[in-house]
Amino acid sequence: MLYIKCPHCGMRPQIEFSYGGDASVKRPELNKEISDQEWDDFVYNRKSLRGKHLELWQHISGCRQWIKVERDTATHEIFKTFKADEEVA
Amino acid sequence: MSQDFRLDSVGLINRDIKLSFKFNGKKYFGYEGDTLASALLANGVHLVGRSFKYHRPRGFFGAGVDEPYAIVQLYRNNETEPNIKATEQELFEGLEARSVNCWPSVNFDIGAINNFLKIFLPAGFYYKTFMWPKSFWYRIYEPFIRKAAGLGVASIKHDKERYEHKYEYCDLLIAGSGPSGLSSAYAAAKNGAKVILAEDKPRFGGSLLTDDVNIGNQSGKDWAEGIIAELKTMPNVVVKNRSQIFGYYDHNMLVMSEKVSDHLPKTKKYHPNKRLWYIRAKEVLISSGSIERPIVFGNNDTPGVMLSSAAKEYLKVYGVLVGKNPLIFTNNDSGYETAIEFQKHGVKPVILDSRKNPESEIIDEAKSLGINIKNSYVVVAAQGYKKVKSADIASISDDKKQLGKIESITCDCICVSGFWTPSIHLASQSGNKTKFKEEIDAFVPGTSKQQETTLGAANGVFSLEETLKTSFQKGRELSKKITDNDKEVSIPNVVEKKSSKHDKFWCVPLPAGKNYKRFLDFQNDVAVSDIEIALREGYRSIEHVKRYTTLGMATDQGKTSNLNGLQLVSEIENKVVPAVGHTTFRPPYTPISIGAIVGREVGKHSKPTRKSPMHDWHEKNNAVFVDAGVWLRPRYYKRGNENLFEGSKREAKNVRTNVGVCDVTTLGKIDIKGPDAAEFLNRVYTNAWLKLPVGKARYGVMLREDGIVMDDGTTTRISENHYHMTTTTAQAANVLSHLEYYLQIVWPELNVNVVSTTEQWAGAAIAGPKSRDVLQKLFPNLDVSNEGLPFMGYMEGDLFGVKARIFRISFSGELAYEVNVQSDNGDFMWQKIMEVGEEFKIQPYGTEALSTLRIEMGHVAGSELDGRTIPYDNALEGLVSKKKDFIGKRSLQRVAFTADNRQRVVGVVPLDKKTSIPEGSHLVKDANAPLPNPKLGHISASCWSVEYDNPFSLAILKDGKNMIGEKLFVMSPLKNKVIPVEIVSSHYVDPKGERVRS
Ligand SMILES: [Zn+2]
Repeated sequence: MLYIKCPHCGMRPQIEFSYGGDASVKRPELNKEISDQEWDDFVYNRKSLRGKHLELWQHISGCRQWIKVERDTATHEIFKTFKADEEVA
Repeated sequence: MSQDFRLDSVGLINRDIKLSFKFNGKKYFGYEGDTLASALLANGVHLVGRSFKYHRPRGFFGAGVDEPYAIVQLYRNNETEPNIKATEQELFEGLEARSVNCWPSVNFDIGAINNFLKIFLPAGFYYKTFMWPKSFWYRIYEPFIRKAAGLGVASIKHDKERYEHKYEYCDLLIAGSGPSGLSSAYAAAKNGAKVILAEDKPRFGGSLLTDDVNIGNQSGKDWAEGIIAELKTMPNVVVKNRSQIFGYYDHNMLVMSEKVSDHLPKTKKYHPNKRLWYIRAKEVLISSGSIERPIVFGNNDTPGVMLSSAAKEYLKVYGVLVGKNPLIFTNNDSGYETAIEFQKHGVKPVILDSRKNPESEIIDEAKSLGINIKNSYVVVAAQGYKKVKSADIASISDDKKQLGKIESITCDCICVSGFWTPSIHLASQSGNKTKFKEEIDAFVPGTSKQQETTLGAANGVFSLEETLKTSFQKGRELSKKITDNDKEVSIPNVVEKKSSKHDKFWCVPLPAGKNYKRFLDFQNDVAVSDIEIALREGYRSIEHVKRYTTLGMATDQGKTSNLNGLQLVSEIENKVVPAVGHTTFRPPYTPISIGAIVGREVGKHSKPTRKSPMHDWHEKNNAVFVDAGVWLRPRYYKRGNENLFEGSKREAKNVRTNVGVCDVTTLGKIDIKGPDAAEFLNRVYTNAWLKLPVGKARYGVMLREDGIVMDDGTTTRISENHYHMTTTTAQAANVLSHLEYYLQIVWPELNVNVVSTTEQWAGAAIAGPKSRDVLQKLFPNLDVSNEGLPFMGYMEGDLFGVKARIFRISFSGELAYEVNVQSDNGDFMWQKIMEVGEEFKIQPYGTEALSTLRIEMGHVAGSELDGRTIPYDNALEGLVSKKKDFIGKRSLQRVAFTADNRQRVVGVVPLDKKTSIPEGSHLVKDANAPLPNPKLGHISASCWSVEYDNPFSLAILKDGKNMIGEKLFVMSPLKNKVIPVEIVSSHYVDPKGERVRS
């Protein structure tokens, strides 16, 4: 079970969080004309990387904040966590 | 009582307390402190089971967790548990155990015929034989294998025992209380670190309990006792016996199973049977020791053949002789230590040492005691069927390939030592890439992967002096990092006998003309010949060899078999062992009760139970409850002998004719506040929200980004920047997370806050033509007329002194209101509604009537919004704005979503107007078409229409729009039904929606 540092609450066990997928995905702006391909990429297509991955988690049984977690998908090592609005260095 | 094999006054058992127990129906005695194994051995019982495949007689091989044979079915306090190692099970008064894997009895076992058919049962036998004909598998092969194989029987009764889970954090977690565990724990504890020391056995001390060593001028055992006693007094230390750390997971979390009650005849009141500890440790010290390896020889599975360390443990801990005429077969000095113990207690052993002329202090001691030692000698085969009677022995050449003339020697046990295998399981589970250490012919942990350090024998260090030194140092160093203290602890001086090098020898060659079975894996009956076949058939990867032959796959997880298997593969393949590599070590290290894993989450405790504030009233009024997610909701209120159908029909009818009240507290409620709240709702819902006035409610549908309907509900504008959203009961949590995601991640610029208020409000839906009369009585000072409070209107009121919110919304299709009060006042509100409603013939109605009312009105709900439908499918396309953008809108342009013959919700009525239609049935054109019959749609919800008094269903039907009036068939192979039906509009009752506006 992972041990995740919520930037708001501190170290908490994985059971307090829910997974939210790839954090690098950006939702297309509202009212913008976009191609089918762009929309498909946003809704469906994910890279499923092996290695360092920036992902979203929500501290669902804690502060309920969505956070960004930089994690290795192969080793589960967590390098750094960020607040939702924090720039990822 | 005479116990032929028990020594007087030797061992750590309590001779003052005599315990009686039964094995295979026969009564025996033992002492407090015995294991089932030691007590049986004291009584001279060696035959305890039959092997898995050949049903060969099996005895005891080890004295602890490594035991591959002595697996019994245990009976305790009217319960039974399979897969119990007799070597681990502590004796208690009244214990009963039975052999497994033998039928009809351990002494006469029909399956043993397999032993004589063994040429037919080679490696891969099951794969090869039972594959064809395929139809035989379920009918013949599987039942046969299940009956013949099996390792015990699981109880089918409800387990009355209680199991607990516990979460713990510590600075240092130490696995094993042998010399390295004790000294590292002691040093760390002195530095003030929070230490947990875990020992799987009842007694602390590990090898110190049996080894003839001296630490700080005391025996090893006394030193260990002193350290443990001191650790127990320290507030920063937890010491736990009977506690097995069986898994090392991510981020330094380990799981430990504590046997709280297994050693007692009955679990004490308020005590759990087992406690599972989830421990998050800053540092982990693995001091799990090592397990002696066997040497492979003919018939090496005969009862009476066992590890020499086990023989020593039975003698020193339990005062039990495993034989009176022991033969010791060793390739290192450990066998001598066992022989010396025998000799000291009046039993004359013979040592066979595969080495030519080893020299060491230990060997000198054995010689000076006059023990008969034969160098360059090996056991070729054990003789005897149910117990060792003699051994065929021979001299062996220096290259270990040629055997001398075979001689027979009488003996009643063969104690084998093939050197030691470090227990690297935990380190390997942590992700540590282990490395092969030539000097000890075994794998040891390599570079640490997580915060783990392996010490002592588990790290391949067998010198006590070195172990103590490094362990004290490590304990001090690691705790200093955490606590900043650096207290010096003096390392006691150690007296141990020096040993000589072991012989790299693990398998005795077959003598010419003999084909003895030489077993590698004792529990799964994997012999040398099986591995040879697997390799001959082309299996190369050790993982494949393992699965094909089942080597190391038994419940003992190959603790005694792994390395010898690797040696054999590497020898045949002409590779070195590290090139072959070992199979992956996976948790659990040893079998763990399912009960312990499940913990308290059984039965009613498997999920929380949420009850509305009106629950007590429902209960008192004969509500029959149903699970709605985690909520308990009244399904109907039983009157007299009514069944569900009759009761719900009465309740629904009363709503249509008079007035009913339904507890809707379970609906999800979300408070939405902020200057951008209207804009946010406009993006979340498919319809327009910017112009909703204060004091008005609106129905809304929200989508996922893929265009699928996520949820629906009404949202009310309470004040300028304050909205009250309702969601379905099931989706409440998901919708909240969904909203939070968009506010925090996608549109952080919106100034909006959301919070769940589901628990804060109790809700009652008052529905029916007379609902306005009831409402007027509840709020005599309010204007609740159709003009004063129109459809989708909202107002606040005073309900006999209690603040209330009143919404004119309807789920039933009738004139209806929803009243909310603070949860604490829910019961008061309910009673008032019932009180004032009496003159209007009010009746409470449950979820079944609620469903009936919404189905016949064609109101879609969870069974239609099932995660597969878009707004059009639910006839909700009128709520999809063409002007503005919203979540999921772009997906609605997908080709499949705009197809002309897109599925759509319809109504379904049986032609006979009598036959109820099972939910989940399929709709087909031709009931007699060949299978697979093309499916046109499915029945999503069914009811008995109270309006028309006939069955009515909703269905999601392909091209539903153009199917109205068509005749189709409903098929339910599950219920064996074929029903001719007519497709009608989903709005079966009041299609124009006049009632809600009346
Ligand atoms: Zn948090």
